[in-house]
Amino acid sequence: MTTTPAQRAAPGPRPRRARLPWQRVPIWALMLLACFLSVVPFYLMFVWASHPSAEVFTFPPHLWFGDAFARNWQGLMQVTDGQAPRQFWNSLYIALVSTLTTLFFCSLAGYAFAMYDFRGKAALFAFILGTMLIPPLVMDIPSFLVMNNVLGWVGEPRALWVPGMANAFGIFLMRQYIMSALPRELIEAARMDGATEFGIYRQVVLPLIRPILATLGVVTFVGAWNNFKGALIMKLSEPDTMTLPLSLRRLGGGATNVNVDWGAIMMLVVITVIPLLIVFLLASRQVISGLTSGAVKD
Amino acid sequence: MSQRAAPRTWSYTRFQQRFAPYLFVSPFFILFAIFGLFPLIFSLFLAFHLWSPLDGVGNWKFVGFENFQLALGPTDMFWKSLKNTVWIGLLSGIPQHLVALPLAFIIHHSLRRFQGTFSTILFLPYITNAVAIAIVFATLYSERLGILNYLGGQLGLDPVRWLGDPNLVPYSVAAVVFWRYVGWNTVLYLSGLQAISEDVYEAATVDGANGWQKFWYITLPLLRPMMFYAFTLTIVGSMQLFEEPFMLLNDGGGSGGAGLTSAMHIFNTAFRDLDMGYASAMSWLLFLAIFTLSMLNNYLFSRDGGNR
Repeated sequence: MTTTPAQRAAPGPRPRRARLPWQRVPIWALMLLACFLSVVPFYLMFVWASHPSAEVFTFPPHLWFGDAFARNWQGLMQVTDGQAPRQFWNSLYIALVSTLTTLFFCSLAGYAFAMYDFRGKAALFAFILGTMLIPPLVMDIPSFLVMNNVLGWVGEPRALWVPGMANAFGIFLMRQYIMSALPRELIEAARMDGATEFGIYRQVVLPLIRPILATLGVVTFVGAWNNFKGALIMKLSEPDTMTLPLSLRRLGGGATNVNVDWGAIMMLVVITVIPLLIVFLLASRQVISGLTSGAVKD
Repeated sequence: MSQRAAPRTWSYTRFQQRFAPYLFVSPFFILFAIFGLFPLIFSLFLAFHLWSPLDGVGNWKFVGFENFQLALGPTDMFWKSLKNTVWIGLLSGIPQHLVALPLAFIIHHSLRRFQGTFSTILFLPYITNAVAIAIVFATLYSERLGILNYLGGQLGLDPVRWLGDPNLVPYSVAAVVFWRYVGWNTVLYLSGLQAISEDVYEAATVDGANGWQKFWYITLPLLRPMMFYAFTLTIVGSMQLFEEPFMLLNDGGGSGGAGLTSAMHIFNTAFRDLDMGYASAMSWLLFLAIFTLSMLNNYLFSRDGGNR
């Protein structure tokens, strides 16, 4: 080995192995390959969206951007009967309403479980955690029936965002964070000053839990934006309710038919993915650390 | 005068202090009652009945265990779909963890300065839209026009029917699933590694442990809770696999139904054939399968000294 005991015992955050540069080559090659494989489908969808339909499948394949973005946008407007912007808005509306309501109700409940002592608290919290064991799939049929036969919400966007507003995962995440990040004395002090209970939540707690709100916000936004099965089941398929994933299914389903406008479809793929990339890249560090910190505690 | 006996005067401040927490947690329970508990019970009820939503509420016919017998019998696709689901789950799940653990290990030990960058890039597939990605992969897989067969052709290989050959379909679907979740598992393992104190390694170094011993006797045992968590997520997620095969192969699961997962079969039965009772019965059977596999996972991890 190239290290001596003295080097290893050296103080500091981590004893650094004095590796020769060439020994690190395989490691870097491996990591770059992993990153390349992660990114290449994204890259290709942008490349394809910038070439005329007829050239999406040419050999050798295009590896660099073309100049047909505008043309493919027009193609997309044609194959969607001009509904693409509307579909984008439908998806955005559902994702935003979902996110805001989830953040509100989950942080409120998480705050109650973290900072109050009340009769039945342990049992109620255990019950909430217990519901996480139910696989979402088991809920598909019964929730459709409730929406269809009881509430008559099938075909309406609220069928997608109302049921998940206060969810077990969000409450758990919020409670974990609030317990570790906010001192109870702070709440007491605000109470002494005469704040109402909701006032304390709004004026003291909310501003202090911004980091975890960002985490849950991104996760909820991404989940709602990507909700394909829910939209399929709740039949958001009319022109004024269709979301992007359903539109993608309509245009690009059934795999590879050469006669469809592939440039337009790739344009729609890009439009579906761009907001996710933006939201995630803005908050990636926060999201990753927030998600993994609550992973195995309790 | 007894302090205790004095009747407390009602005050808004005290009232709202007492009842605020109940009010704050109530939305979950209200929503769960409407969209969770009631539907669940109803779905269990339906599993023993023959019913289509078109028949109208109340017009269901009790059939006992017939739905379950049909699902487990040889004539239906349910068994086949369950086998497909488990097979695709193994094909995508095992490599996910076999790759994610060493990747996390390398990032943690050798590439500390770039941890954030690597985890962000590897995490990207996890957050993207499954439908959009399935379309991209479908074009890569295209038999005559896809890049994969083009590259294969350059190497002198015959074109492969990635999404047409029933023997290959599970692998093609599993590859997409693997691509989507390997980074997520890497990030999980990475955060598990970061939680292990350096002191433990230093103590082991003093005691003369070599790199391999440190990995085997320190890293792996201390990573157990995270591995258990990651395995659980993989099992629960793969058993419900829906979007990728649905998009890549259409709702029938491709030729021979080789890519028909249980979630797809239940979806078709419920929402295409409108046979709600039968679909409910199958969804409970799938729930049972998920539960059993999770318990098995739990058992494997709690055995021999894993004190989580």
